[in-house]
Amino acid sequence: MADVNRDDAFVVFDRVQKSYDGETLVVKDLNLSMPRGEFLTMLGPSGSGKTTCLMMLAGFETATHGEILLGGKPINNIPPHKRGIGMVFQNYALFPHMTVAENLSFPLEVRGIDKSTREGKIKRALDMVQMGQFGNRRPAQLSGGQQQRIALARALVFEPELVLMDEPLGALDKQLREHMQFEITRLAHELGITTVYVTHDQTEALTMSDRVAVFDDGRIQQLAAPDTLYEEPQNSFVAQFIGENNTLEGVITAIKGDLCEVKLDSGEIIDAKPVNVSEVGQRTRVSIRPERVEMNRSRLQAGAHTLKAEVLEFIYMGDIFRTRLRVAGNEDFVVKTRNAPDQVRTEPGQQIEIGWLPQDCRALDA
Amino acid sequence: MTDATANGKPQMLTTADGKPLKEALNRAQARARRKAFLLVLPLLAFILITFVTPIAQMLHQSVYNEGFVMHEDIGSGERTPIMTNIKTWFDENPAGTEPNEEAFAALHKDFLLLRELRAPGQAGTRVNYERGGSRSMFTKTARRAERMEAPYMEAFLDVDEEWTDPELWRVMRDASSAYTFNFYLAALDRTKNVDGEIVNVDENRQIYVKLFARTLFLSVLITFLTFLLGYPIAHLLATLPLRYSNLLMIFVLLPFWTSLLVRTTSWMVLLQSQGVVNDALVGMGLLGDDNRLQMMYNQIGTVVAMTHILLPFMVLPLYSVMRPINPSYVRAARSLGATSWTAFRRIYFPQTVPGIGAGALLVFILAVGYYITPALVGGADGQLISNLIAFHMQNSLNWSLAAALAALLLAGILILYWLYDRLIGIDNLKLG
Repeated sequence: MADVNRDDAFVVFDRVQKSYDGETLVVKDLNLSMPRGEFLTMLGPSGSGKTTCLMMLAGFETATHGEILLGGKPINNIPPHKRGIGMVFQNYALFPHMTVAENLSFPLEVRGIDKSTREGKIKRALDMVQMGQFGNRRPAQLSGGQQQRIALARALVFEPELVLMDEPLGALDKQLREHMQFEITRLAHELGITTVYVTHDQTEALTMSDRVAVFDDGRIQQLAAPDTLYEEPQNSFVAQFIGENNTLEGVITAIKGDLCEVKLDSGEIIDAKPVNVSEVGQRTRVSIRPERVEMNRSRLQAGAHTLKAEVLEFIYMGDIFRTRLRVAGNEDFVVKTRNAPDQVRTEPGQQIEIGWLPQDCRALDA
Repeated sequence: MTDATANGKPQMLTTADGKPLKEALNRAQARARRKAFLLVLPLLAFILITFVTPIAQMLHQSVYNEGFVMHEDIGSGERTPIMTNIKTWFDENPAGTEPNEEAFAALHKDFLLLRELRAPGQAGTRVNYERGGSRSMFTKTARRAERMEAPYMEAFLDVDEEWTDPELWRVMRDASSAYTFNFYLAALDRTKNVDGEIVNVDENRQIYVKLFARTLFLSVLITFLTFLLGYPIAHLLATLPLRYSNLLMIFVLLPFWTSLLVRTTSWMVLLQSQGVVNDALVGMGLLGDDNRLQMMYNQIGTVVAMTHILLPFMVLPLYSVMRPINPSYVRAARSLGATSWTAFRRIYFPQTVPGIGAGALLVFILAVGYYITPALVGGADGQLISNLIAFHMQNSLNWSLAAALAALLLAGILILYWLYDRLIGIDNLKLG
């Protein structure tokens, strides 16, 4: 999985394992390397081990096995305050008894930086997040979004090379969250800092990151750029977790080059692209994205595969139509179609024919 | 009132049917206010009857003593003014006038009344508060009052030569008006001399100021010790997983559920010279059998037992402040480059200050007024001011002095409370 040469890598997890109770592993054999300046997101459901990884990197948890390297040096035995890593916490962790400026001053004071230099840095950091006017406020007097900015400024004010963010936007409303996503990525790229970002929000992960590591069950299930992750999921967990996904279960009946034949449990036979299936007779889950399914026969491309379907529900969402179908026994088969003039509008109970290209249909592990 | 000043002229806002808005709002809320008031009425009455009234009465008692001016018959409740003749003489003659025949004649008339009312003891007691030995003089004189004949001065001196003592006449003059500050003077080891000037009492009779100082010192010491012991416990309680912290909490609360008397007596079992601690030390050979440590009936006993008993009052406010402090604050401080000591000192500790303030104030105020524990384990050395207040309430029956001592204690606490408010701020107090 390490597609970056270990020698150039800035952050390296080398066969890291973590157990809290000595009975179960929270993180199982984690290998990861990040180049300098990358924005990497750890994405996964809660309990998948992503936050534990972040805490090990920050130094608040120790790895049970394996090594973590920062800038080529192992940091397992370096206490957190000597790692020089900026961190943004989920609840911002702004010190409530200090003003905003004092909060920002804190990391500089403990580094023994003199007063005039401190003031310059604080001003620059506050201006950077457009909070220059708020230096004398207390955190409690700020809104969630403003606190978020201050937390960010505090993590950046001492110019760390690596910044960790633990679900920093979780507490914000949707609009603010989208705005802050943009702000954070802009800052990260402008300053050229390496960022590890933890979230369980896939939209956040896809829109912000250079690469996304999808965590489940203590392992990285897939580490790839957002488009690869969405379009070419390597296993059914990733396919399910990222974006919306339709699955049809069946058995492999034949494999011919980059296509395989799947006999669905309902009897139909379809073609799919084999991803992590290798043998005939193996059970498989076929995954297809809702927007790759076509309902308008005239728009089907050559070589498309068609199946009969019954409309169960038609939801008008403005820009798109969302249609729930019964396909090959699956009642949760969703099709998203763009609201175009030539697009068909269906009604519940209607029998239609749907189609897709075999390349868009991925045969994954069951 | 909101003024709509669209055209510069203030305009009364009205409801849809033209009534003034403010009046309508008041009427709408009056019912709710009445209901709320009725709900708190029982508590208000309870506090008034059991708290405010007794304190007011106590404060009154500290400046008012009618032992020398009014007799109340216990049976009939009939109130008779006494010592009225000598009072008239006092009013006519300035302080320091030597008692003349006229004065003794007035006194004689008063003694006849005292004899009739069987009240010489009462009047004598009031004088006795400020001048020892006066009570027996009064009873002795009253017994012979009926047989006395002019000249009365000689007749009185015949009974007791002390009757011309100027000190006695100073005290009688003061006592002849019920309102006096002499009890406050006594509570501060001061008294008036013959000329009415305020002076210190004899050095070997100065006890109250010393006792106030000791009470203050021991209370501060105990507060500090509970803080020293309680802070780590509270921190442990706040950071342990709930399962363990609940168990530990029971240990902290256990003293609360045990009778104060039982706790104090168990300290006696531990601390006495034939007690568990001494036996253990002797058994281990750390201490000779003949020089066992004296840990009880002195200040050590008071401090140890009171620290233990008051510890929960420190731990609980601290705990309630520490529990909601998110561990991510300290983590944030560490990630920002602070050592664990700096993170504690600059981030964690300042956030617990309201709890320390609340705990310290609570423990200190309780300690200043503590009574049972010092009475049982304090000996002569470890007595606090409240033990002396109790003594004057129960043994010497000088309630006015007890009230004056208590009032001074109350004033001291109020001053400290005010100081606390100025320095830390009462709104920073956090009990839960």
